[in-house]
Amino acid sequence: MTAPIRIQGLRKLFGSFAALDGLDLEVASGEVHGFLGPNGAGKSTTIRVLLGLLRSDGGAIELLGGDPWTDAARLHRRLAYVPGDVSLWPSLSGGEVIDLLGRLRGGLDERRRADLVDRFELDPTKKCRTYSKGNRQKVALVAALASDVELLMLDEPTSGLDPLMEAVFTDCVDEFRGEGHSVLLSSHILAEVERLCDRVSIIRAGRTVESGTLADLRHLTRTSVTAELEQVPDLSGLTGIHEPEIEGQQVRFQVDTDHLGAAIEALSRGGIRSLTSTPPTLEELFLRHYGDWLEDEP
Amino acid sequence: MSRFAGTTILLRSYLRRDRWMLLGWIAANVAVYWSQAVGTRSIYPNQADLDRAAASMESNPAFVALAGPTRALDTIGGQVAWQSSVTGAVLAALMSMFLVTRHTRAEEESGRDELVRSSVVGRDASVLATVVLVILANAVLAAGITLSLVGYDLEWAGCLALGLSAGLCGLVFGAVALVAAQVVTSARAANGVAGTAIGIAYVLRAIGDVGPGALTWLSPIGWSQGVRAFAGERWWPLALLAGVAVVLTVTALELLHRRDFGSGPWPARPGPARGALHSELGLVWRLQRGAVIGWCVGLFVGGIAYGSVGDGVEDLLGDSETSRDIFLAGGGGTDLVDSFYGVAIVMLALIACGFTVTSVLRMRGEEVDGHAELLLATAVSRRRWSWAHLTVTIGGSAAGLVLGGLGLGVGYAIVTGDAGAVLRYVPAAAQQVLSVLAVGAIAWFGYGLSSRFGVPGWLAVAFCFVVLMFATVLQMPEWMQDVSPFHRLPLLPAESFDLAAAVGVGVVVVLLAIAGDQLLRRRDLSHQ
Repeated sequence: MTAPIRIQGLRKLFGSFAALDGLDLEVASGEVHGFLGPNGAGKSTTIRVLLGLLRSDGGAIELLGGDPWTDAARLHRRLAYVPGDVSLWPSLSGGEVIDLLGRLRGGLDERRRADLVDRFELDPTKKCRTYSKGNRQKVALVAALASDVELLMLDEPTSGLDPLMEAVFTDCVDEFRGEGHSVLLSSHILAEVERLCDRVSIIRAGRTVESGTLADLRHLTRTSVTAELEQVPDLSGLTGIHEPEIEGQQVRFQVDTDHLGAAIEALSRGGIRSLTSTPPTLEELFLRHYGDWLEDEP
Repeated sequence: MSRFAGTTILLRSYLRRDRWMLLGWIAANVAVYWSQAVGTRSIYPNQADLDRAAASMESNPAFVALAGPTRALDTIGGQVAWQSSVTGAVLAALMSMFLVTRHTRAEEESGRDELVRSSVVGRDASVLATVVLVILANAVLAAGITLSLVGYDLEWAGCLALGLSAGLCGLVFGAVALVAAQVVTSARAANGVAGTAIGIAYVLRAIGDVGPGALTWLSPIGWSQGVRAFAGERWWPLALLAGVAVVLTVTALELLHRRDFGSGPWPARPGPARGALHSELGLVWRLQRGAVIGWCVGLFVGGIAYGSVGDGVEDLLGDSETSRDIFLAGGGGTDLVDSFYGVAIVMLALIACGFTVTSVLRMRGEEVDGHAELLLATAVSRRRWSWAHLTVTIGGSAAGLVLGGLGLGVGYAIVTGDAGAVLRYVPAAAQQVLSVLAVGAIAWFGYGLSSRFGVPGWLAVAFCFVVLMFATVLQMPEWMQDVSPFHRLPLLPAESFDLAAAVGVGVVVVLLAIAGDQLLRRRDLSHQ
């Protein structure tokens, strides 16, 4: 089965400003793909190019085996989209919007619709003008999740949801993947990404900087190690060790994950009494990439 | 007072945001008066010409219904006042209405007002800043009208009376919009309510000026003409205008204090849990049906108002050679009643352009608000989406015009007993569907170029209006007048149908429609 989304070297200019400057992204079939990056990195622009709302200025882009610009309407039968900032018709009720969007997409699963309205605790009789941001997002989510599609494109879909509803959302995405479907999930909520995503792509200033499974990405960063030893060995010969601190019998350092094995081996020669090794959190992963971006700036 | 904290800062930001819009409205409105002062002098170079013109126009119900009671028409000042005061009052009213809704309900609806109010800004600051803004705008307008006329050897008192009556009329309708903005929950609806009020005021004064005079005194536009500029000014109607503006403003503040932020005076009613909308066309109709029905009713009533003038035109103009010439200028027809109604139908068609252009530009609003993005992410193509909007635009425009023509025929038939009028005036109105769509096509072409271009459609309306009302005064060359489709098409039913002209306008409409469609398909969609 081919990848639902395949982007290579995508460029998008707004005037002379390159919003996307050689972006690569591949979402495999049946996976939830996290799409991460600082504000203004180009996540929404990428999604809007994928939806055929913006025209690309270069690069190869394939959506569900077609061209998102020329085949937009045909391809949209097979996908659903939830924008980050959901704006609904103020005079329609939530229920009317869900039904309209579902029908225009080619049909709603009635049973799933009822189930989702229930799980998201949405009151579909309220006029959209009276909904809060979170409730507007629920309307768009119910409309998307109740459709019979094979790809979801979600642009920060939970930014207005409360933690309970976020848990409901996570379950729904899990179920959707369980049916063999794919999801592109742009998000800043790292717990959500960690919990849901099979692979992630991190972009920065319109370019992909990392892509892979979370395990892959962890390899690119450092593990913190704290050990209590009988006798502290000489660690200076080791490569990949950062900020070592020795306090009596206790050693603390960070090590490039690739060199963790060698470091532990060296420690064991000193007779390990206790050892904690903490893998990098997604936050650290993030800060590393986002931080570089800050350093690059003059 | 803390209620008004921050008013100055808000006012300055409004002035900054609105500077071009204010300049445009005020300059256009001043130009209406000024061009009359210049033009009247050149068409009637000496007193004998003026006397003849006055004799032909005075107490003519048709003209009176269009422009108001005739006073001192044998003077330049009287002519200027009569020719421009209704247009000027309506333009001032529209300017004030748009200013008010833009800074009150529209801001509240978008959520921007919430952000502003969370800072050190008093509860009534935005309303006060808006009121001051509208007062400033109308004061500048009044001063502009006065000063533009004084230079033409006209008495100060009359110039001032004209300026103040337009400005105060603007204030009254600004206050109407302020009340409307408290009662309805969207800026669009507030404009609808205030716009209807302006329309009613126009019709009341038209009927009142021709028939039962009491009706004129129910209309602020009637009061502003009651000042009698250049005809022995009387100033007390200005106090009436100011008084009503104050009362309405106080009412609006009272309503504001009694309601919650973001809502109207009443809690929002729930809607259906399930939707009956199945298509993009259904959605567009749902969004636009209020506007379509409102405009259709308005045009029908307007048609009846014109029609009920009856055949009075003939009685009063029949023996005057000069007036025939003036009235049939550019027309070439012979039947005065028919040419009067031909012009009336063009007038109705120009008013109908208000619907057509707003309806086309609704797409722009949908795009900028992010609603289009939701729809276009479903299996709806841009073409299907835009044609749903255009279908409603075309259907609504056609229905409105035909109803306007029908109203005109019915009104005329009731007054004169000549039922055949319906058959003459409905086709004449139907012909103008082409012109109205030509204007709509320009709006559509502009929108196709960019979502930022909302102006071309309105410029087209303004140009056609100038051709209809002021072409003679401005001594516009014929080719320039022919750019206006309303002028290019024959003045039915006075003239005979011109197939070539109709096909010509039709071809332009189709070409612009295709071009707009191609442009829209090729450009990026904007958002928030």
